Amino acid sequence: MRKTVGLALRDTVPVLTGYLVLGFGFGIVLRSAGYGILVAFLMSALIYAGAMQYVAVGLLTGGASLWTVALTTLMVNARHLFYGVSMLERYREMGVRKPYLIFALTDETYSLVCGDLSCVEESQRKNYCFFVSLFNQIYWVLGTVLGAVIGSLIRFPSEGIDFALTALFLTVFLEQWLSTKKHAPALLGVGISASCLLIFGAERFLIPAMLGIALTLCLYREEGEHA
Amino acid sequence: MLDTRVWLTVGVIALVTALLRFLPFLVFRKSGKTPRLIEKLGRLLPFAVMGMLVVYCLKEVQFSTFGGFLPELIACLVVGALYLWKRNTLISIVAGTVCYMLLVQFVF
Repeated sequence: MRKTVGLALRDTVPVLTGYLVLGFGFGIVLRSAGYGILVAFLMSALIYAGAMQYVAVGLLTGGASLWTVALTTLMVNARHLFYGVSMLERYREMGVRKPYLIFALTDETYSLVCGDLSCVEESQRKNYCFFVSLFNQIYWVLGTVLGAVIGSLIRFPSEGIDFALTALFLTVFLEQWLSTKKHAPALLGVGISASCLLIFGAERFLIPAMLGIALTLCLYREEGEHA
Repeated sequence: MLDTRVWLTVGVIALVTALLRFLPFLVFRKSGKTPRLIEKLGRLLPFAVMGMLVVYCLKEVQFSTFGGFLPELIACLVVGALYLWKRNTLISIVAGTVCYMLLVQFVF
């Protein structure tokens, strides 16, 4: 158990840096929009979806209707459906941990638990997934609250530190690439996303990209698979 | 300060987000009853989704000025090269991020 906690701590260090910074930024933004520490804490504890929380500040200050709020959330967070679908098998036998594991399945947590877990003992994988999820949320809540409390008081030349998350996804992408000889799904993911980015622009490309990826992968025939 | 509208807005966002996260598990609850197509999607999606997330992170890149893409390009090459060489996630991420921060703060 102790070893598993250690492994989870080690593997979540990249997320720690990324989440502290992004959470800190969110805390500052929320505070400067006129909301307090309690709202910051509640949002990170209950919503726990980074990009959406940034969007939510605009919705709060702009006085958006609850329908707009619901629809925006649906659009921004639709990618989480993907994570659920690909974690169905691994999370099936998680017992009491399962609801929390599903609730806490963010982009970054997903990137750590979706891959090959062969460095973790088989009997400890459930605990490993749980601690990774829990630690990541602690970092996020901590960053948010720190941002809301002291964000307006100190200055740190942090511009660009959010690249930690890009780098994290890139290394996971490379690791997955090296783990298989079949590169078509990875190439499709990059190709379709990049095409949609060019066609639809940065603000609107995610939904068409997801539809394109889902559709193409459904039609994609694996080796040895019969139609 | 904490008026009802703030509570409701936060509540709706939390609810919809949780719904999206729980939906696949609620629909395909029983073991062995997952359709083959969904199983295949579950197996192949991680590869495609990581590609999508990388593109998502780089979505603000623009090619009209050197400063619009060179920091990202250089930092990504550092991450990639270091990872292929050392196979160590942490080294790649720290080096790539420090490199990117230096580039955007002092060079571009």
